[in-house]
Amino acid sequence: MTDTKKSAATSKLDSALSWVDDRFPLTSNVKAHLTEYYAPKNFNFWYFFGSLAMMVLVLQILTGIFLTMHYKPDADLAFGSVEYIMRDVPWGWLIRYMHSTGASMFFVVVYLHMFRGIIYGSYRTPRELLWLFGVGIFLCLMGEAFFGYLLPWGQMSYWGAQVIVNLFSAIPFIGPDVSEWLRGDYLVSDATLNRFFAFHVIALPFVLVGLVAAHLIALHEVGSNNPDGIEIKKLKDKKTGIPLDGIAFHPYYTVKDMVGVAVFLIVFSVVIFFAPEMGGYFLEANNFVPANPLVTPAHIAPVWYFTPYYSVLRAVPPILNSQFPGVAAMGLSVLVFALLPWLDKSPVKSIRYRGTLYKKWLAAFVMSFLVLGYLGTEPSNIWGQFGSWLGNAERATVVARIATTVYFAFFVLMPWYTKKDKTLPVPERVTG
Amino acid sequence: MKKFLLLLAILPSLTFANAEVHLDKAPIDASNHESLQRGARTFVNYCLNCHSANYMRYNRLLDIGLTEKQIADNLLFADGKVGDQMKVAMNKGDAKKWFGVAPPDLSVEVRARGADWVYTYLRGFYRDESSTTGWGNCVFDPVSCKVSMPHVLYELQGVQDMNHETHELTLTKPGRMSVAEYDSFIGDLSNYMAYMAEPAKQQRNHLGWFVLIFLGVLLVLTYKLKKAYWKDIH
Repeated sequence: MTDTKKSAATSKLDSALSWVDDRFPLTSNVKAHLTEYYAPKNFNFWYFFGSLAMMVLVLQILTGIFLTMHYKPDADLAFGSVEYIMRDVPWGWLIRYMHSTGASMFFVVVYLHMFRGIIYGSYRTPRELLWLFGVGIFLCLMGEAFFGYLLPWGQMSYWGAQVIVNLFSAIPFIGPDVSEWLRGDYLVSDATLNRFFAFHVIALPFVLVGLVAAHLIALHEVGSNNPDGIEIKKLKDKKTGIPLDGIAFHPYYTVKDMVGVAVFLIVFSVVIFFAPEMGGYFLEANNFVPANPLVTPAHIAPVWYFTPYYSVLRAVPPILNSQFPGVAAMGLSVLVFALLPWLDKSPVKSIRYRGTLYKKWLAAFVMSFLVLGYLGTEPSNIWGQFGSWLGNAERATVVARIATTVYFAFFVLMPWYTKKDKTLPVPERVTG
Repeated sequence: MKKFLLLLAILPSLTFANAEVHLDKAPIDASNHESLQRGARTFVNYCLNCHSANYMRYNRLLDIGLTEKQIADNLLFADGKVGDQMKVAMNKGDAKKWFGVAPPDLSVEVRARGADWVYTYLRGFYRDESSTTGWGNCVFDPVSCKVSMPHVLYELQGVQDMNHETHELTLTKPGRMSVAEYDSFIGDLSNYMAYMAEPAKQQRNHLGWFVLIFLGVLLVLTYKLKKAYWKDIH
């Protein structure tokens, strides 16, 4: 192409672009969110998980569309239609495994993303709303996972839904009516399957995508936090107005996130192609038995990403014959994350400049989360019982109670220990 | 904090093994087409009279090296077509009357219970005069050792008796097969049932390597791209 031709082509493209820009803020949006969105240059490993979570969301929506083309939300046909997808639909097994593995991987990346937020104080001023939108996304995601898990209509699908919906009947006064209203029947049935399908494929995805948009808009308004927990907007280049420690999201972080995507896809593919059941953690063996309302499985356990909260539920003893305290504690154990911006009184944001007191509490919290998560996958008699000196209490239950106490103490005592903690001086500029 | 860590460290030693039946390792080899074909024959001849495999189509057996003609001549009865699913004529209501429970569909049985379970279960029937069918099986229910399914293969295996104290099985009346022959017969059947539970598994494992090689190359390229773009960021 000669130079004149090239410039003619460019000017044609330019005029097309300005035609669009006169009618839709395309260029200004690309600038605001990509090429002139300045992110701190010191993002580390932990900063991959936000973009990865977005990618998994897109994957879940895409694979979900193809699954709904073949899936039948009908109690008589659902189980068979999943097997039909696994056997007779071309590449159906791949799409189904991408979706089932994607569900678990969504929680993996979201948990790591949340942990990043916690260790670097990403929920602190001015990012409280950003954090709240994130908690909303997390709640939505839990709903998506719960409703979606009923759809294969296996024994675990069925009894898991039965147990969780029954939890609502523990709410005083209105409980039984609420759970009946949710089920649309006196027990989990075809009616329940149909409405869960509606929630899973329409209602919650809409809310989820909306919340993700709000999350991003809030992020780009206040700017990204960073591993030093300092505001890069405070120090700007006098001429250009660009933060001294900021670099354009595109191309710098788009190319960097592509490396993260490649690594993620490798892990994702290892699971999909070589261990889609993940030893029973991603796809439970009992879910290959069709749902049977007359046979209760000996051991009902939720999928791994719900087990920490399930353990909290089991750990709290009934009071006055009511299961409500346990249910309330479980709800609180999820919702309490929303309070973090107001519980943390530390003068610094990042763990890098916090003292040992905070670090110890954080370690105890992480440990209790993992212990609760593990115990939730096992029956409560897994470790046997203590002797008569402890009233023959189940060991696992006692440990779960200790872990639950630590879990909540991390939040409840946070105003106290973050204030008391000896912090280090925070640098002016980011430290790589 | 330290005490808490210590507690965590010793927790695993406090675990108790659950009282479960010992399962023998099933000889699973998805690449052994001969074994899969023998297993398919056994499945169609012995299991597929009461148990269906509703999600499995006969012509899927092209996967394991059979031709449509072989399938039609050897595995299909009456006027079935090779594209049909492995259904049974037995009526669920009748089945319930006869056995107390309708025989479950076996398409994904191995995914629910594991191939080792199937392999051990089918070798674990013993004579139990007190039961309705005359047979017991502790693999099915370790506590009561009751099972609704009669020992369909006793002519081949012979009759076993169980020592009620040690739960050990001894062959008291030999069948048409030796112990080794019967074990390998059930091994083939378990192998087939494992294949049938997820026919795409072989393709999945095979394809996985190519996907990983592709992603490995992608990783190198994206990493180099990142390095090139980030040259001047310090």
